[in-house]
Amino acid sequence: MDSRLQLSDLVKFMSKKYVPVHSHSVWYYFGGVSLFLFILQVVTGILLLFYYKGSSDQAYESVQFIMSKVEFGWLIRSIHAWSANLFILSVFIHMFSVFFEKAYRKPRELTWITGFFLFVLSLAFGFSGYLLPWNELAFFATKVGTDITGAVPFIGEPLKVFLRGGDDVTGATLSRFFGFHVALFPGIFVFLLILHLLFVQRQGMSEPIEASIKKEKLKTMPFFPNFFLRDLLLWLLVLNIIAILAVFFPAELGMKADPLAPAPAGIKPEWYFLFMFQTLKYFPAHILFIEGEVAGVLLFAVAGVLWLLVPFWDTKSSRGQLNRKINYLGVFAVLFIIILTIIGWIT
Amino acid sequence: MISNESDGKIIKKENRRDFLKYLLTTGLAGFALATIYPVISFLKPPKQREVKVSSVSAGLAKDFNTGDYKIIRFGKVPVIVIKDEEKDFRAFSATCTHLDCTVQYKKDEKIIWCACHNGKYDLHGRNISGPPPRPLDKFMVVLKDEEILVTKSS
Repeated sequence: MDSRLQLSDLVKFMSKKYVPVHSHSVWYYFGGVSLFLFILQVVTGILLLFYYKGSSDQAYESVQFIMSKVEFGWLIRSIHAWSANLFILSVFIHMFSVFFEKAYRKPRELTWITGFFLFVLSLAFGFSGYLLPWNELAFFATKVGTDITGAVPFIGEPLKVFLRGGDDVTGATLSRFFGFHVALFPGIFVFLLILHLLFVQRQGMSEPIEASIKKEKLKTMPFFPNFFLRDLLLWLLVLNIIAILAVFFPAELGMKADPLAPAPAGIKPEWYFLFMFQTLKYFPAHILFIEGEVAGVLLFAVAGVLWLLVPFWDTKSSRGQLNRKINYLGVFAVLFIIILTIIGWIT
Repeated sequence: MISNESDGKIIKKENRRDFLKYLLTTGLAGFALATIYPVISFLKPPKQREVKVSSVSAGLAKDFNTGDYKIIRFGKVPVIVIKDEEKDFRAFSATCTHLDCTVQYKKDEKIIWCACHNGKYDLHGRNISGPPPRPLDKFMVVLKDEEILVTKSS
């Protein structure tokens, strides 16, 4: 085998790669965990495709069929749902750890940018997948979510019609979201992921800024087998956690979507959109001459662009100097997200 | 003389190169346009012919108790029909003017309520609390031999 594929070269290459060892090394694992959860999503997603039917008159029933008739269907769907949630949580942690470590600084700007778009796509995966069971909660969440895009100046209305496949959320929206979720998004995601991983491979792991200031020589650990085996162990642990969650808290289905039923009381989006949902609640109907929701959407859009461009405006970190303002900003963002999520959850 | 001749050749060559560049760029732009335009057009959902509706029945008046409400389809629009405390029927668009959720009638508070963002409207459809920026569109209700007929408000 080795004479045909030269596997020893690959092992040699991997064992020459080193991972820095320091007090913040734990954050290095979340990129790998996110990757593992994405793989799990792809595998369980493909399995669900064997039974799922993407049309408004069959979607709910097909999910019901998966949950009640297909052997271990409940397990596969529950693993898909739980690993989706943990995937987004892991991506959040990965992104914020990169932010606090300022690992986006020169020369890793493109790794940050591809990572940012992978994060946005992860949210888009969540949003599009949420509609697929065609239940009541998903129906209204999609109505609200797509209506918010209509608030974007100039392109909002055409974008809303494009997403919905018409003026309203109907079976046409489900078909589109199904296409986005299982074909378009995975295609773009894999492309960006390859770029992201390629950049990480080429540039190696980022070291803490403090170490480079102190010109400290950090201890290292070979990527293969030391770090790789630790990664695998953690993936196994994550898989076990998901299995426990899926068995004890299987994914729910709720009521079938009915366009003539009122939105149910206590309706909330998925937890990762809750902070935005809660913020929009505080916006009054009008702020000066613009509608409250337009102002809210613009505010989040500006925040998103600033977040994306942080490697370019945080020039201090790129010069290898400490920038405490970034830490304060990160702490503010984390607190904002956590507090508003909790308020949204309990109210 | 020789240099002039070679200069002429260079100019000629450059002209030819510019022309080829222009041809290639225009060709590529045309090709891109010819590929992208059908894709964008394909993604734009075709306009479906709407059936013009002038009035829709919401059922019989005797089936409504005071404070009851029903959501019916008026063409493509959901409409909420309410029997208020004065036993009058009222009808409004059931789509919240904030973010498109479907509203419901809260009998105890005598308000029309949107569960998505806690938007509230009074029994005239006016937005009284929460994020809705506009009142609900009004519909007319006519009783014809016990049957509740909802028509577009003029």
